[in-house]
Amino acid sequence: MHPFIETQKEFIRADIPPFRPGDTVRVNVRVKEGEKERLQAFEGVCIARRGSGVSETFTVRKVSNGVGVERIFPVHSPMIGDIAVVRRGQVRRAKLYYLRELSGKATRIRAKKSRTQDTTEE
Amino acid sequence: MIGIIGKKLGMTQIFNEAGQQIPVTVVEAPPNPVVFVNEKERMGYASVQLGYGQQRMRRASKSNERTPRGRRASKAEVGHAAKAGLEAPPAVLRSFRIDDAPGKKPEIPSYKVGDVVKVDIFAPGEKVKVTGTSKGRGFQGVVKRYGIGGGPNTHGNTKHRRPGSIGPGTDPSRVIKGKKMPGHYGAARHTETNLRVEKIDVERNLIYIRGAVAGPTNGILLVRKQG
Repeated sequence: MHPFIETQKEFIRADIPPFRPGDTVRVNVRVKEGEKERLQAFEGVCIARRGSGVSETFTVRKVSNGVGVERIFPVHSPMIGDIAVVRRGQVRRAKLYYLRELSGKATRIRAKKSRTQDTTEE
Repeated sequence: MIGIIGKKLGMTQIFNEAGQQIPVTVVEAPPNPVVFVNEKERMGYASVQLGYGQQRMRRASKSNERTPRGRRASKAEVGHAAKAGLEAPPAVLRSFRIDDAPGKKPEIPSYKVGDVVKVDIFAPGEKVKVTGTSKGRGFQGVVKRYGIGGGPNTHGNTKHRRPGSIGPGTDPSRVIKGKKMPGHYGAARHTETNLRVEKIDVERNLIYIRGAVAGPTNGILLVRKQG
């Protein structure tokens, strides 16, 4: 393999589950408060993934107190404790930026019909 | 200051201890043999000549044999390399001053022919300067070449990317030297200083340098200690 791709390998995290735009994810973020470090959850819809290799990032959107909040995380950041996929969503776009224009019921995403035996409901 | 000859592999990013993303250029620098040592008594300054890569010595004798590209090395180059005990002459030879360390009485590090300089001369956190040949951009106007603003695009203006006036009139009846004009841009030696070494990979001969350096991917770079 080319030595340059090799250089990125050690920074790539193997413990990140596969997830796609449309999925609802819970990201546990490491937060430093003075000396102490704790995990803070950020749960929302993944609306985009971009980049490749160690530089890949994803955007999570949630509506908090009526205000839309989006956070962009590097997929392989050591600041991420773990990522949990809460719900798999069926979408027809790679980038769900149209959700920004919608609110309430319109922002719902259809759950993915699972091919294998999965616990997700209709 | 002592340095090393390497090849730019490209840019990527790494994470530091604080979890921040650091943009880095990865430089691959295989161990550089010392080809020639120049003492101060000889030329008035002390330096070492390092080599990088290999030159072609002969034609490929088998169809699947891979020889280095380019013309075959001249006898002079082969002889110079043989004195240093090398089988093939290096593709790149560069000299590094070693007597210009800061302080009144600089300590001259001693190298002898046959030594190799490896990436472990650098340590993470150290500041380095990196010299390369910038990407050639051909004949360019003043806006790209010098960052001159140019004129407005609208309101009847017809001088969009022109340099404007190039000086006074009858007196002095000439254009002052050094006036910024269109011309060839890029493909020139450029040194970027005060770049931080983020990481050293001795096993794979890699140096991770924060930020961008001049030149294309696979370009030859000199990474020198800041002195």
